[in-house]
This record gives sequence, structure tokens and C-alpha cells, in this order.
Amino acid sequence: MDAGQRLTDDNFPEHPEKATLEGKNKFLGFWLFLGGETVLFATLFGTYLGLRHMNMDGPSTEELFKLPTVFLATMLLLTSSLTSVYAVLALKQNRVRTLQKWFIITLILGLAFLGLEVYEFMEYVHEGHTFTSSAFGSAFYTLVGFHGGHVAFGCLWIITLLARNWNRGITLVNAPKYYLFALYWHFVDVVWVFIFTVVYLMGKVG
Amino acid sequence: MSTHASHKKRSGLMDWLTTVDHKKIGILYLIAGGFFFIIGGLEAMFMRIQLFKPENDFVAAETFNQLLTMHGTTMIFFAAMPLIFAFMNAVVPLQIGARDVAFPFVNSLGFWLFFFGGVLLNLSWLLGGAPDAGWTAYAPLSTTSEGSGVDFYVLGLQISGAGTLIGGINFLVTIINMRAPGMTFMRMPLFTWTAFVTSGLILFAFPPLTIGLFMLMFERVFDANFFNPDNGGNILIWEHIFWIFGHPEVYILILPSFGAISEVVATFSRKRLFGYSAMVFATVLIGFLGFMVWVHHMFTVGLGPVANSIFAVATMAIAVPTGVKIFNWLFTMWGGRIVFSTAMLWAVGFIPTFVMGGVTGVMLAIPSADYQFHDSYFVVAHFHYVIVGGVILGLFAGLYYWYPRMFNRVLNETLGKIHFWTFFIGFHLTFFPQHFLGLMGMPRRVFTYLSGQDLDQLNFISTIGAFLMAIGTIVLFINVIISTSKKYAPSSDPWHGRTLEWAIPYPTPEYNFAQTPLVRGLDAFWIEKAAGNKGMTPAEPVGDIHMPNPSILPLIISAGLFVAAFGLIYDTMTVVVIGMAITFICMFLRSVIDDHGFHIHKEEVEEDLKGVKL
Repeated sequence: MDAGQRLTDDNFPEHPEKATLEGKNKFLGFWLFLGGETVLFATLFGTYLGLRHMNMDGPSTEELFKLPTVFLATMLLLTSSLTSVYAVLALKQNRVRTLQKWFIITLILGLAFLGLEVYEFMEYVHEGHTFTSSAFGSAFYTLVGFHGGHVAFGCLWIITLLARNWNRGITLVNAPKYYLFALYWHFVDVVWVFIFTVVYLMGKVG
Repeated sequence: MSTHASHKKRSGLMDWLTTVDHKKIGILYLIAGGFFFIIGGLEAMFMRIQLFKPENDFVAAETFNQLLTMHGTTMIFFAAMPLIFAFMNAVVPLQIGARDVAFPFVNSLGFWLFFFGGVLLNLSWLLGGAPDAGWTAYAPLSTTSEGSGVDFYVLGLQISGAGTLIGGINFLVTIINMRAPGMTFMRMPLFTWTAFVTSGLILFAFPPLTIGLFMLMFERVFDANFFNPDNGGNILIWEHIFWIFGHPEVYILILPSFGAISEVVATFSRKRLFGYSAMVFATVLIGFLGFMVWVHHMFTVGLGPVANSIFAVATMAIAVPTGVKIFNWLFTMWGGRIVFSTAMLWAVGFIPTFVMGGVTGVMLAIPSADYQFHDSYFVVAHFHYVIVGGVILGLFAGLYYWYPRMFNRVLNETLGKIHFWTFFIGFHLTFFPQHFLGLMGMPRRVFTYLSGQDLDQLNFISTIGAFLMAIGTIVLFINVIISTSKKYAPSSDPWHGRTLEWAIPYPTPEYNFAQTPLVRGLDAFWIEKAAGNKGMTPAEPVGDIHMPNPSILPLIISAGLFVAAFGLIYDTMTVVVIGMAITFICMFLRSVIDDHGFHIHKEEVEEDLKGVKL
């Protein structure tokens, strides 16, 4: 069978994302890539923990962070992870329109999260907490900014993926791509859970 | 929809620029790595000429700083790393019976990223001065270094580091997913095993370097304060991050050499490798321990006796699996019918040399003693014994061994032996005296010394040795040039090989294996030969073979980053945007253009099989 062909309910494999060797390779390669990403963020977290009290003349974490905004951002991102799970469920049931619907909701939630983050950063800059104001500032914006950059990249990724495959149904070529995007999105979400805990909660009570 | 485009034949230069064939990418890595090896070698020669007598004025102090920085950076990242990737590309898919790596496009991208990173770094010589903060780029030396040298260092390593990371992931997936039927993990040749562990180390060691380089770049370009104590920063963060990457990096370099030595020693002793499973276990253990010893580079920083002791013990523990390997090589030779080919000479020369580097390594692992050795020529002697005496000798063994497979030519054995003896004697002459120079108090990274301190004679000897090494390298290049003559076409299976890469006809077909081989045990090809078979037993009938299409995109993606790097170095945001746009547009094109490759038809494969002479 041709891997680029639209799958029907009759020939739909149990794991369309791993039904070809290319799919298997991408699946494994992406998991390994996420392993490397974990070390990347671990390095950023380590640096942040070492420098988070070095706010010099600028505001400290207790004065700076506003938990309601951050909590809202967290909820948006956690929900977007859930909607991407629904999209993957639709993938496994060969329901492409449902998949598109859930991924679009995921995208909207991701964009809303980014909007909140930009707003939050602008507030901080007003209060004198900038990238160059202190070592805390550099470490904070680098860690949280790297995460934000990952969310932004994810948004571009899913837009490209949806647009390119809008009328193509689910095939053995695009099934691994949808699946890997969802994997990436969960990873970005998990990193945020750590940022919420280590940066914001520990910043308030630490 | 996915019509299989007919076979696109590209010729000459375009073929090499667009290739996704692991065999050709291996050759590209070898040529580019060899080129940077020459540049790094010249930098070393200039330093040795400067140091051959006291108060010499061959180069200025500032130039010397640039030379020592560029020598270290070039040799580690742009000579040793690509040479390792050259052999991994040329050999690993063949050893596991695969037709290519898991991601041929990514493989090509990895090469071009490395290449453009190396070119970027070396252009600094022509554009206002090379980096001068040492290959370790310690803050605040690197953050306050004048000029744009360190910016070239940061961006050159960033670009090539990305290439290395994706290369590592590619080989992990290839080795896990693409092994031929019957090729279980414990039947994999040792070189493949070391490539596997090295790729794992790359995966977990390079991201910290990526982040460290980002921080250094942010510090220099955007005035961040990570390493600026005046604004709450901490210079030790750089040292930790650099060595969390840097120590695994030296195991990334040495393990594939261990693998090459294991293949060469077994083949030329006409015996199977002694203690195969112990060798595998030792490889994995070295890889694992490699991540928990980084503080031994920082004993004199003052982290306290507890931290120093823990890392000292962990460091010494690495001597155990390494010792296991040394003894297994010796036991492999024991009672074997040893053939002293050039490859075997390198392997035999490697063993005592590497042991000497290991012994000084254990000496350096003792924190109290390290306070004496630190930043002296003793350290310089130690790491050249393990990196030249270990990595490079192993790579030369691999070069003479796999050259017929890569180029369909053998290297001349007489010239090879001249290369070995001049290089080997030259190496010891250069670096053995440096142990004593260090113990006598000569600090590393100084551009000159005074007479009357008993340093003259040993430095003079060291420089003589460096010239011998240079002569040896020239002999190698002569050898490579004359090997292009038809006279040096290899006979079938020139070394009586044991592993799958020797079961393929010359020249290696584009698809490697006409039929995927069935592997029946360790030393798969040897087993078949011992059973009286001419070749491998196929695991499948002859059929159409699916191949990936060549692509120019990897080169353009890398070139985009190269352009963006210049924008960052010269603070021109438009250029950064243009460069990044080139890269992202190419990534977008890769994403939206369906590329299903092509098929080599069954008839063509059958035609090839008729002409096969094993």
C-alpha cells in the first residue's frame, strides 16, 4: 500500500503513527530528542535556581509575581494538553475533522497563553525587572523565554501541519506528524508545570 | 499521489552537495575533518616554534592566545568529532546490515551544520582576530574579551553543535531500529556498540553546551548578567555547564576509537574479541560514569573537600572499566596469529600510550595532588596522551582499516608504516617531556619562558617531536594521493574481516545490501566463511529497494544560520532576520513538499548481482 494514501476504516492500523519504518524511526527519534530537551531545560532551571535571589536593586520574586495571571496561563496550557489528547484519540479512530477541530482549539489556547506571557513580561519591564537589570532578570527571561519560544514554535508547527494536510485525511505519512506534535506539546506543558512550581510558587513562598 | 520519481542522477559537485547517502556523507566528514586537522596542526606547529627557545618572538603574546584557543577548539570540535562521524557514517549502517541511516536528510543536515560552523569559526582569523579565551572560554575572560573573536567561537560552536546533536539522535535510532534480522544487540560489532554509546552521550551532553553558549552569547551581545558578579552573576555557572558538557565530550571522542581498536585487534589477531560482553559492559559503564566526574576539572575552584572527594572517587572508578578494555585487547592478541599491518601497528601503539594517559589521569584525579598539577604542562601532557595517543591513534587505525571500504583503494603499507613510526615517535618526543615541564612548574597557555630555569632543553625536544609528527602527517597525505592509482584497488575482503561491512562487493552499491543479510551470530561474516559460504545468507528475496532523494535543502538551511551568525557578530539585525528567514523557509519547504524517494527496481539489482565478484 502507498503510505501517502488516505486510510479507510477497513485498512486502518491500530497504531497509524508507527505502522511504517519511517513512522517508527520518527517516533523513537522524537522521544530521544525530548530527552535532550529535558537536559536543555534542566540546565536552564539549574542556572535559574543559582541566580534567582540576585535581583540587585530590582523587585524580588515575592514582589514581582502575580499568581492569578500565572494560574490562568497554567490552566490555558494544561487544557491545551488535554485537547491535544482528544485530537490524538480522533487520530486513532480515523476521524480527521474531529482531529482538526481539537488541534485548532489547542492552537488557540497556546496563542492565548503566549498573549498572557507577553502581557506579563511587559508588566515586569514596567516594574524595572528587565533582561539586563540583574542576574535574576537574565536567568528568569532566558528560562521562561525559552519555554515561550517552544510554545511559539509549536504554534507555527501545528498551523503548517493542519494547513498542509487539510484535505488529505489521515495517512501513514501524516499520522506520525500529528502524533509527534502532540508529544511535543505535552513536553512543553510538563516543562511549564515545572516552571510554575520552581519559578512562581517557590518565588512566592521560597 | 506519491508517484515514485525516476532515479535522479546528479553529477559531479551537485551530487556531493545534495547527497543523503551515508557513505558519501562519511567521505565528506573525513575530508572536512582532515582539512580542519591540518589547520589545527599548523596552529600547534606555530606554538611549538614559538616555544622552542626561551623568550622567542616568532608570534606575539596575543597571537599565541588565539593560537592556543583555536588549536584546542578546532581539534576537538572540527577535527576529532567529524572524523568520528566519518567512520560512524561509513561503517555503522554496513555493520548492522542496514541500507542507510534512519534519517538520511537529517544526516546531511548534520554534516552541513558542522561544516558551516567550522568555516565560521576559522573565518575569525581573517576578520579581526580569532577567539583568545581558551577552548574552555572561562568567564569573565570570555565575556570581556575584546573584538569579535569569542563571538565567532560561540556561534561557530552553536551551529556545529546542533549538527552533532541531530547526528547523535540519528545514530541512536539507526542502531535501535534498523538492524538486520538476527542482529541482536549482543551480536553487534564493538564499533557499532561504541557508536551507540557515544551517540547517547552526545544526546545528553550537547544540550548543556547549547545553553552555555546561549548564555555566553546573551552576555556578549545582549548584555545579560549570568557571569557578571557586579550584577549578581556567578562565573562558576559557566565552568559547571561547560564541564558537564566537556567531560562527557572526551568520552564521546574516545569510545569510537576504542571501538575501532577492538575491530582491528580482533581482525589482525585472527581471533574473536576476547570478553565481548565485558567489553560492551565496560563501554556502557564508561559512558555512564562520564557524566559524574566533571568537577575534577574544577578541584582548585574551592568547592570543598566533600565535593572534591566524591568526584575524585568517581573519576578513579572510570579506570576500572578502562582497564577491563586494555586487558581484553591484550588477551585478544594472546595466542593469536598476529599480522602487523599498518592498522594493527596503530592499535598496538595505542595500548601503552593510552595506558600512560590513563595513569596520569588517575594522578590528576587526586585533588590534593591536583593543586600542584593544575594548569601546568602536566595537564597538557595528560590530555594529549589520551586525545592524540588515544583518539587519534585509534582513528588512524580505523582509517587504514576501513579505507578500502570507503574509497575502494588500499593505502600503501610501507608509507603507512613510515607514517606510524614518525608520528608515534614524534608524539612521545613531543609530549613525554611535557610531564616534566609541568612538574618543574611551567604553566600551560604561556607564550614564552625565561632561560636558566631548566625549561630550555625539554621544550626544544618537544618542538623536535612536533616536527616529526608533522612529517608523519605529510607522509599520510602522500599515501592518500598515490592511493588514487588503480594499482591500489583492494583484493576481495582485504583483511579477512569478521563483520558485515566486508561481506559487500566492491565498490559498495548505493543500496549497500542487495538482499538484507541474515545474521547468525557475533562476527556474522566470519561465521559464514567458517561454514564454507561465499557470502551472507540473505534474509529476503531480491526486490525493489526504496531510496531517499538527494536534497540541497540541508546546505541552504545551514547557510542561513551562517548568515544569521554574521548578523549577530556585527550587531546587524537585518542580516540576522535574513539568515533566519532562509533557514525557516527551507525548513517549511521540507515540511510541505512530499518527498517519498524513489525505488531501485528489482531488475537493476539483479543486473548488479550478476557482476558481483566477492
